[in-house]
Amino acid sequence: MTSPKPTIEQVNEEAYLLRFGNHINEQTADQILWTTRQLKRLHDIQDLIPSYTTILLTLKTQAEQPHKLIGEIENILNASTEQAALPLDQRKTVVIPVYYGNEVGPDLQEVAKHCQMTPEEVIQRHSATLYRAYTIGFTPGFSFLGSTPDELHIPRKRTPRHQVPKGSVAIAENQTAVYPSVTPGGWQIIGRTPMELVDWSSEHLGLIATGDSVRFEAISREAFLAQGGELDGF
Amino acid sequence: MAFNVKKSVMLALIQDLGRFGYQAAGLTTGGPMDEMAFRWGNALLNNDENASQIEITFGLFSLEAQAPTSIALTGANLGATLNGQSILPWQTYAIKQGDVLSFHQPVWGLRAYLSVKGGFLCQPTLGSTSTVVREHLGGLHGNGAKLEVGDSIAYESSNEHRQMRVPRHHIPDYSQQDIPVILSYQSADFSTTDHETFFSSRYRVSSHCDRMGYRMEGTPIGKDIRGITSEGIAYGAIQIPQDGQPIVLLNDRQTIGGYPKIGCVTRAGGDLLAQRKPGDLVHFASTSIQQATTDRLQQLDHIKRLFSPHH
Repeated sequence: MTSPKPTIEQVNEEAYLLRFGNHINEQTADQILWTTRQLKRLHDIQDLIPSYTTILLTLKTQAEQPHKLIGEIENILNASTEQAALPLDQRKTVVIPVYYGNEVGPDLQEVAKHCQMTPEEVIQRHSATLYRAYTIGFTPGFSFLGSTPDELHIPRKRTPRHQVPKGSVAIAENQTAVYPSVTPGGWQIIGRTPMELVDWSSEHLGLIATGDSVRFEAISREAFLAQGGELDGF
Repeated sequence: MAFNVKKSVMLALIQDLGRFGYQAAGLTTGGPMDEMAFRWGNALLNNDENASQIEITFGLFSLEAQAPTSIALTGANLGATLNGQSILPWQTYAIKQGDVLSFHQPVWGLRAYLSVKGGFLCQPTLGSTSTVVREHLGGLHGNGAKLEVGDSIAYESSNEHRQMRVPRHHIPDYSQQDIPVILSYQSADFSTTDHETFFSSRYRVSSHCDRMGYRMEGTPIGKDIRGITSEGIAYGAIQIPQDGQPIVLLNDRQTIGGYPKIGCVTRAGGDLLAQRKPGDLVHFASTSIQQATTDRLQQLDHIKRLFSPHH
């Protein structure tokens, strides 16, 4: 399987945007993941931001021989077109326990109504899907997970909440996510995890990295509390 | 030994050049809003280029020295005084025990940099001392807190002082209205009229301006442009949200976003913008990547040569 050759565009004195076409899919995500791993090995790269169809690459200020470096980046981009899909077993799978319930998921009823199913069916479908982390951003450790099954698609809330409690599990459009810290947010909240998603002492910081597989596992209220989950926040 | 904070009303933050390598995890970089002013500060004291400094926004900030050292002031003129006597930025000053250094209010520019011989001694968080309030990261206590009365900011005391100043022709003109912009990202999606409007009109700095970004007010552009798939946001990116009013994203910017971007202000342009206050007028001026890169390398070279043996 061959992917189209990515393009490279300089956006400011030190940053380059690598574009991998316009389609959000697993093949593009695999190509971006492979490319990100190769780019990490190069010297003089300050930061990389992989996203759905792009990687933003920033060089260190006063990088030695930037022309040589751009040549190496182009070689990696050329090679990336020949990369086969990454076998699932070479990707990390993160399992996130979730207590789905009205007291921690204030939008669960509304989601069920919108999707014309029962709350139990919403929970079943949300937790039966294996997701992929397409990108991380918005706040530290916030992973955009796709894709939710078609029947769970729902717009963001018309008015975002000023405060979404830490650990809230939410859906919007065709994506799902966990809020790793208390922030404002406009996604539909259906549950909460007791799990810490950001570990400031780990090298990767976030429990989930771009490219990882993620699955949600329904747990009881008792299990949620036993694992340190907190019920307040709204 | 340390500087003790006696007054802190607005915003004073520990900064080094920034926190790099964590954008993939969603962390911003932080770092000095006026990078060249910061670099000159460390150069004047012959410090490591990444030595920690204090970025003082607006003023209303006061410190008392517990031990002798040498300091440099760069960036804005915030009406600083040393034991009540006015002192000017872009040069070094000898400090004795008991000296009181105060920043009052802006005379010229908005953000001043205080550097000390050897740098402020501060434990880095994730490789950097840069304070990011929003992320509760970095700074004196590692938790992203701004400097407060009672804080003690340590430094290595030193009796060695060398009188140094930045050559006059290298001191930036903070009243300059032209902010250079590199066309990039979705610039081709904007109409010819949008380009003409953007580069010919004046934009006012709105009250929504902080370390994350500067929201501008002026003739709206890009009314018909749709959102894009979220992608990485580079320093200086100018995003155009639905209301058509440009937002220039600076040091504490979010890592990704889905608004179209007409280009990026250059690093030098961002330094200038960071010295502007709400209500100030600016004009965006198109420049090429080649020109911006040449200018930047030249500026870095001037700073490096301040202490070179051939100077």
